[in-house]
Amino acid sequence: MQPYAKKVDFSVPVRGEVREIGISPIVLSAEDITVTFGGFVAVNGMNLALRKNELHFLIGPNGAGKTTMLDVICGKTRPAAGRVLLGDGLDITKKRDYEIAGLGVGRKFQAPSIFANLSVKENLELTLDPDRSVFRALKVRRNRCTTFEMKKVLEQIGLPDRLHVRAGSLSHGEKQWLEIGMLLLQKPRLLLLDEPVAGMTDEETMKTGMLLQDIAKACSVVVVEHDMDFVRSFAAKVTVMHEGKLLKEGSMAEIQRDPMVAEVYLGKRRETNAQAAGH
Amino acid sequence: MVLKWLTGNPGSRTKRILWSVLLLLMCMAPLFMTPFRLGLLTKFLALAILAVGLDLIWGYGGILSLGHGVFFGLGAYAMAMYLKLEASGTSLPDFMSWSGVEGLPWFWEPFRSFPAALILGMLLPALLALILGFFTFRNRIVGVYFTILTQALVMIVVTLFVGKQEWTGGTNGLTGYPSILGFNLNTPSTKIGLYFITLAALAGAYVLCRRIVSSRVGQVLEASRDGENRVRFLGFDPSRYKTFAFAVSGGLAGLAGMLFVLQVGIISPSMMGIVPSIEMVLWVALGGRGTLIGAIIGTVLLNSAKTGISEAYPEGWLLVLGALFVIVVVLMPKGLVGVWSKVVSSLSRRGGTVHAAVRKEG
Repeated sequence: MQPYAKKVDFSVPVRGEVREIGISPIVLSAEDITVTFGGFVAVNGMNLALRKNELHFLIGPNGAGKTTMLDVICGKTRPAAGRVLLGDGLDITKKRDYEIAGLGVGRKFQAPSIFANLSVKENLELTLDPDRSVFRALKVRRNRCTTFEMKKVLEQIGLPDRLHVRAGSLSHGEKQWLEIGMLLLQKPRLLLLDEPVAGMTDEETMKTGMLLQDIAKACSVVVVEHDMDFVRSFAAKVTVMHEGKLLKEGSMAEIQRDPMVAEVYLGKRRETNAQAAGH
Repeated sequence: MVLKWLTGNPGSRTKRILWSVLLLLMCMAPLFMTPFRLGLLTKFLALAILAVGLDLIWGYGGILSLGHGVFFGLGAYAMAMYLKLEASGTSLPDFMSWSGVEGLPWFWEPFRSFPAALILGMLLPALLALILGFFTFRNRIVGVYFTILTQALVMIVVTLFVGKQEWTGGTNGLTGYPSILGFNLNTPSTKIGLYFITLAALAGAYVLCRRIVSSRVGQVLEASRDGENRVRFLGFDPSRYKTFAFAVSGGLAGLAGMLFVLQVGIISPSMMGIVPSIEMVLWVALGGRGTLIGAIIGTVLLNSAKTGISEAYPEGWLLVLGALFVIVVVLMPKGLVGVWSKVVSSLSRRGGTVHAAVRKEG
């Protein structure tokens, strides 16, 4: 893995479709990551390179280590071995979770975790100011003005008229979008999302997919997902993990053609074998 | 409505008028109160300073401290040490001579100066809170575990103060100081002066805490109360915010202790112990946490009740206290302010007013 290999500027996004696997600059690379939980190896020498403008899906059967991989990147879990580098070469493996967040790596957990007692606006305000020190925060009055950026993000997540609503009273889908909006306001270079469409209606799922494609025009997006229809509809690039290891990486079409993936993940091989045996 | 004006958004005109009236009434209190009652009110207002600080961390930060007696005590002792030295003149404080101490211990020296005592009375408790907060919050010790730690702090400090009789006056505490800066503490004019100083200090404490909670710091505190992990992944270090608030709260408790000593003329370890520390929390709970004004109301009401009931039935107070604790926890989780705003909102809804008077749920 050579983080500096090709510095092609793709910061100007192509209108419409998110580009297929391009050689845009690497935003973050995880190298030889190994994570153990008291003897159990959750991730085993995993490599992952995330590029700008990419909507990257991480799939695999339960226990493959997908969520653990996100945890390592955002600083929630310390790997036993390996390192995580930002595109500019900064090693963030040993940094604290809030420092990593401050460097532009946004993490969204599976359950919506917005602040129910604050209004939508106050939720967004929290992430608006890049300076997170106490003394800076003392000077800023809460619930003051609505900035241009805030309005833009509200439009983007589809909640332009919900500014003064208590966040706790939003629907499940709206909460998820609000949380994505909060992450967007920090101008992330990388967004890590864990099953963002779980529990959503089909319509909400579609909307979320479009939102993620839209977001990927400005940064890199990684989504851990089980909903294969969703992956098929929106993935630009797919990484399949199995038993803590990288199994296959490529476009959705390539993944679907791959016999190994079919065997371990989709269980196709066994099915076809059974069919063959039956005939 | 009244309450909405007191606690709601700053800057409205009606609200400003209401505050002015309240302040005017408070300023006129010496005119229609006996010196004894005025002294009691001053004492309650001093304690309310502590309650406001307690509400800052508990109501907004979700940090329950059952150790504020210590911070209060440190402030009180700082002031008492100064007063004791002033009363003793060039000789050693009486209790030291009784214990056979030859010279003044080094840490008593700064308290010869009034300004130094004043600063140390707030700085020491704030510093202790800062150190405790730094190590506990940074290691993500939260909730009940933190509360237990604060109780442990009380035990340690009280034991220390009782044990080191030759330095602290032991169980008797520090007492026997009739004057401050030459003013006799028992004359009515000094009492009135102290009343106004205490009132100003309370107003200052209230404004300070109001400013903090209406800044982004308050927002982050509330957010980390509801979901600390989330705050961390938004790039904030919640421990710094909590430590800051805890230190401010400790400093305010110290200020309260200093003003308290001037009223009662004594501070002893039993006044900073576990029971008083729990009582302090109850003031805030009764008034309604997360409102600041509720802390003041609760403190004044509960302490007035305590004085009244103790005068009539000396044994009755603890029973009332226990019963109140149960009632507040079970029936009024948001305290008097919560009950009040509920009543107001149902009235205004019946009256057809569109805007609800309830503040957003805290």
